[in-house]
Amino acid sequence: MNSNSSNPIESKQKYQEYVDKKSPNSPILKNCFNAFWVGGLICTIGQIISNICKIRGLDLSVSSTIVSIILIGISAFLTGLNIFNKIGKFAGAGSLIPITGFANSIVSPAMEYKSEGYVMGVGGKMFTVAGPVLVFGISASIIVGFVYLIFNTQSITLV
Amino acid sequence: MSVDWSQVFDLMSLLKCFVVGGIICVIGQILIDKTKLTPARILVIFVTTGAVLGGLGIYQYLVDFAGSGATVPLTGFGYNLAKGAIEGVKQYGLVGAFTGGVKNAAGGIASAVFFGYLAALISKPKMKKQ
Amino acid sequence: MKKIGKQTIVFDNPPTILDCASIVGPKEAQGPLCKYFDQTLEDEFWGEKTWEKAESKIIKETVNAVIHKSGVSSDKIDLCFAGDLLNQCISSSFGLRDINIPFFGVFGACSTFVESMCLGSICVESFSENVLCATSSHFCSAEKQFRFPLELGNQRPPTSQWTVTGAGATILTKSGQGPFITTITPGKIVDMGIKDANNMGAAMAPAFANTLIEHFLDTGRNPNYYDAIISGDLGYIGKDIAIDILKSQGYNIKSNYNDCGILIFDKSSQDTHSGGSGCGCCASVFSGYLFKELKDRKIKKLLLIATGALMNSTSSQQGESIPGIAHAISIEV
Repeated sequence: MNSNSSNPIESKQKYQEYVDKKSPNSPILKNCFNAFWVGGLICTIGQIISNICKIRGLDLSVSSTIVSIILIGISAFLTGLNIFNKIGKFAGAGSLIPITGFANSIVSPAMEYKSEGYVMGVGGKMFTVAGPVLVFGISASIIVGFVYLIFNTQSITLV
Repeated sequence: MSVDWSQVFDLMSLLKCFVVGGIICVIGQILIDKTKLTPARILVIFVTTGAVLGGLGIYQYLVDFAGSGATVPLTGFGYNLAKGAIEGVKQYGLVGAFTGGVKNAAGGIASAVFFGYLAALISKPKMKKQ
Repeated sequence: MKKIGKQTIVFDNPPTILDCASIVGPKEAQGPLCKYFDQTLEDEFWGEKTWEKAESKIIKETVNAVIHKSGVSSDKIDLCFAGDLLNQCISSSFGLRDINIPFFGVFGACSTFVESMCLGSICVESFSENVLCATSSHFCSAEKQFRFPLELGNQRPPTSQWTVTGAGATILTKSGQGPFITTITPGKIVDMGIKDANNMGAAMAPAFANTLIEHFLDTGRNPNYYDAIISGDLGYIGKDIAIDILKSQGYNIKSNYNDCGILIFDKSSQDTHSGGSGCGCCASVFSGYLFKELKDRKIKKLLLIATGALMNSTSSQQGESIPGIAHAISIEV
């Protein structure tokens, strides 16, 4: 037996450490660079739309809703054309983190489960990936509302 | 109606938006590559963080600074929900905490559902080539 | 048929592998083994409406092909062992529901092909004349069931493996001219605590090493006895780990060892990360490539060890580690 080579399967912990060392890492610098410019670009498209809304005299909250709807529409369209997953593979978080990723995570299971029918397939499975985002986002907002209510009772009239 | 293109392509606003949006995505990318978190978990972390920072009033500074660079990423979605809840409380009290958030984010949620269903109707999944 | 050592079975009248057939998808057809497969598909749906139907059609047509090639009519086949990766093995049971051969559905994740050959060869040695073994997998149906929708824009980590779209089928027979199945070593479940479902190679490599070492101890053979030792779907990372583990136990397999998941794809041009996986990987590589090498006597002694990760999406969501398994079968001409 070769005395230099230690036994990697001596214990579970040792094996995990060995595997971590052995497994290649993601090319993080390249991934971050791609995520930066694609993510930045998507946000910039949003800003251009927002600037146009501003010129037309729309208030900020309406224009940010319009930005969301347009970006979601584009993302759904690209997902439907089987293009978004290629962008996602290239850009990673760059297309996942903007609202486009949220839209893609709703559209992709809807398309995938079409074969199980339009009600339980498309309708039922639509939120398999994005459901938690709504659950946690909405719950967090309700808690924020509660906390605000508790700390600002004087200034608010309770209904 | 004539459009003032210098305002549409206001370089300073676009640059700030590009950089901030890009940095938020890079944070997500580091989470993807350095942890074993699934995409759904990363989206949850971002939306919750956005809601908390929005509730604390911190995220507002970022939105004022970077515009869409802060509102387009999912943290902005969370911020939007939290802002809505606070506005709801101001207006309607306790009920507003429940209605305000979703009301503010309704455009995004409804359009995602609608476009999602539409895309599923007309399109079908294809093999990933790579 | 007798048991030797702890877990190996030696056959007195070794069953012959009469013939094999394989059908693979378009991506596999772009790989280095393209010319060895019986049929390659233009697209993953193959005229069907769903991925699941397409996979059923692939295994059905592969079985038809092997029956046709071997010249054994289906009423002369006593038993059929088949399996796949989908829940409740629907690809094989739906694909083979019209075949009219007594049917055993088996599951051993990616080890299913060798598992069914082990069971089949025991039957042939005991009482059966001809036994059919077939397994399949499909990239799209597996992604849908185990991972994410195809259109989701996610990145695959570098340790992940690519599920092969394809099927392999073989007929084992009592009296033939070989290649012969001389021994089988059914493996034990080995779990070294790996939880990362994107690193199956690391989860299965200890099971592979365990079965291989048991096989050597039981038979008294050593790595040099074989012209080729081929594992089913450890991939690049799993292969490296397996070599390391065996080296630490005093076995050097570097020179004659390879992996089906590595053979089937070209890593540099096909972007399959750690290599191929799935029931159809080992099945199609053996039925297409290795069987022809045995027939042409380019490989005279082959040890085929298929490995499987015995988990599902529920177990990984619940934070369970991934139990691995490996079954070995030695084939000699």
